[in-house]
Amino acid sequence: MKLDTVIIGGGLAGLTAGISLQKAGKKTAIISAGQNALHFFSGSFESMQEAPERAIDLFEEAGIRLHYREGARLMPMGTFRPAVLSLEDVSIFPEGQLPRRALVINFTGYHDFFSSFIAEGLEKAGASCRIRFIRIDEMEHLRLSPSEMRSVHIARVMDKVWEKVVQEVRILLKDEDTVILPQVFGLKDASVPGKIRANIPAKVVFVGTLPPSVPGVRTQQLLRRRYELLGGTYLMGDEVLSATLDGDRVTGLTTRNLQGHPITADHFILATGGYFSKGLESNPEHVWEPLFGLDVEALEDRNDWYERDFAKDQPYLRFGVKTDPELRALKDGKPLRNLYVAGSILGATREDMGIGGGLALRSALAVAETIAKD
Amino acid sequence: MTLQEYTTSAHNFEECMKCTVCTAYCPVVQVNPLYPGPKQAGPDGERLRLKDPYFFNQALKYCLNCKRCEVACPSGVHVADIIQSARIRYDHSAPKLRDRILASTDFMGKLARPFAPIVNGVTSLGVTKTVLDATLAIDRHRTFPKYSATSFEGWLKRHHRSQAAFPEQVAYFHGCYVNYNYPQLGKDLVKVMNALGIGVQLLEKEKCCGIAMIVNGMSKEATKHAKHNISTIEKAVAKGLKVVTTSSTCTFTMRDEYPSLLGVDNSAVRDSIQLATRLIFEKLEAGAKLEFRPDFHLKVAYHTPCHMEKLGWGVFSERLLKMIPGVEFTLLDSACCGISGTYGFKKENYEASQAIGAPLFDQIRAVNPDVVACDCETCKWQIEMSTGYTVKHPISILAEALA
Repeated sequence: MKLDTVIIGGGLAGLTAGISLQKAGKKTAIISAGQNALHFFSGSFESMQEAPERAIDLFEEAGIRLHYREGARLMPMGTFRPAVLSLEDVSIFPEGQLPRRALVINFTGYHDFFSSFIAEGLEKAGASCRIRFIRIDEMEHLRLSPSEMRSVHIARVMDKVWEKVVQEVRILLKDEDTVILPQVFGLKDASVPGKIRANIPAKVVFVGTLPPSVPGVRTQQLLRRRYELLGGTYLMGDEVLSATLDGDRVTGLTTRNLQGHPITADHFILATGGYFSKGLESNPEHVWEPLFGLDVEALEDRNDWYERDFAKDQPYLRFGVKTDPELRALKDGKPLRNLYVAGSILGATREDMGIGGGLALRSALAVAETIAKD
Repeated sequence: MTLQEYTTSAHNFEECMKCTVCTAYCPVVQVNPLYPGPKQAGPDGERLRLKDPYFFNQALKYCLNCKRCEVACPSGVHVADIIQSARIRYDHSAPKLRDRILASTDFMGKLARPFAPIVNGVTSLGVTKTVLDATLAIDRHRTFPKYSATSFEGWLKRHHRSQAAFPEQVAYFHGCYVNYNYPQLGKDLVKVMNALGIGVQLLEKEKCCGIAMIVNGMSKEATKHAKHNISTIEKAVAKGLKVVTTSSTCTFTMRDEYPSLLGVDNSAVRDSIQLATRLIFEKLEAGAKLEFRPDFHLKVAYHTPCHMEKLGWGVFSERLLKMIPGVEFTLLDSACCGISGTYGFKKENYEASQAIGAPLFDQIRAVNPDVVACDCETCKWQIEMSTGYTVKHPISILAEALA
């Protein structure tokens, strides 16, 4: 199969690059070894200060509304983290405007939402909290198999009966200024979180649950649909086994499903993610990039890889593939001319591009722009 | 040896990191609360079953074997293989008469073919459906596939000489459906192959691929079929033939289910078993030409069957359809139609089956195509019954579009 650009990795970076290139009239394919880190997406980007409208427009065309608002968001463990760009679902607290009285709501029997941690965190920040559990008849069947009482299953029910949650909350609500709900709304119908907000007379904040992330799954599905509508080929559940190189150029790939059928292209984008997605691999001695054997920036001594305090930023998460200023991958100190790198496989090697989801967006947009001009 | 080699066991079971992504993509868990879901039925349950088979749960029979959990898994765990292997290993209950009948597709085909008009008449009667529903628990809402009075094998044997005249040859594993129910698809394949200068011959003797037996508690019978088919295919491959297929599920079963579920070694021929759509695409990419009718117009919506999704070859059907001048193409969202072979025919699964397929049926109605294209025979029955839209194999659409 002959394409203009082949993207390895179907997560946020891969899809962003794919959509941008299809819009620029290129023929592309995305190879995705299973689902991706969007299933753990919090719904916010911490770094996308520079020209956020590029991401806002791209998402808008896929049916996903983002809003740019600098402030803090409430995390699943009751802490606050900064955010600049967020999905509509996510409520941002501008500086100095934290909740004073909060009602924290959970569903009876749902173990993936930590209401007491959240209440504790809010109390530390000076708020008073009440935790209440609600029961909705239409989701009681989920309790037949408690291990399957998961965010997405609840969300499927909630797309239909969200009004019942509104009723229950309105009964429970006293003088609270803020209502905290688990982020289990709007899996298929993205308008549900907005409708809930409109019908509850307090600030409604949806807080993340254990995975899968409901807004993350929705984002993945809408971005993929947009990519395919633009004519992109999304090879889901396939995996690149090997690559062929001619000097400093990548010429083709072999995948597990398409063995015997080489995939060739003018440009390649490596967006295979971090350790979770196996974009980077490690053993007790090394960290390496498994597909091309690219140069990886990592600390030599394993004792330096970790911070003993689990909650601190971990140095190993900063390791990543080395690139030239154009984001072309370095191998043995020299750039591969047509292999570009995007997303979390970069670690913190490109701090100019931000971190996390913001890094994925910015690097993918930058790479797509370079390739489209070529 | 690396650390991984010490810790990776059958079906990559220990690679599971409990991320729960599979549960988000399981079609059954969305509609049947009795099914524990892929993570619980698969790797989580396996940890317990390895300690004591007592923990085997009969609810594993609700697994469709659609493999969507495996396609979604970011860690390469063969979730559905773990579930189906557990059913093979631990479920010793004898299959019901109904399940034996549903699973024996080539036996039933042989029985029914000589009496095709009578059988087709009888199985479409309301009273027959009511009786089958009451006695065998085959759901009364189902439409039974029609049997053809002449088999595809009989037809191709009569054309043996003209086919042998082509310079290039392939062997065709047609499967039960083409042979007994819908020989036209086989004829369409022959037409397209011939247009590319390729003659089509039968394998020495093929048997049902056995997928329906695997999922209906008849793995011993399935293993016999698997061994027979692989040795037949080995003979064809030894003669230098590629073996082409039209059914995505037969293809997937022979390539992947034989070794992973039945322990039948197919390594010598696995790469030679290919869907015809892939072979045709590769021929065209290498410069072969097909002449198309100038007046052809068709609005096509393509549905990727679950096993095609797992094979990762839907892209070939998609590209071939898009290449036909006059085709207006829509790719339907990746979703299970709910039938999963014999699963949806069972009375206890009927409602779940229709609920699983509902989003796909809605999308088809919204797109409102002239035809739905799909490479799977049971998806075809399900979509035709549930939406009223005609479903055609991409090869049949190609054949119709040829000049």
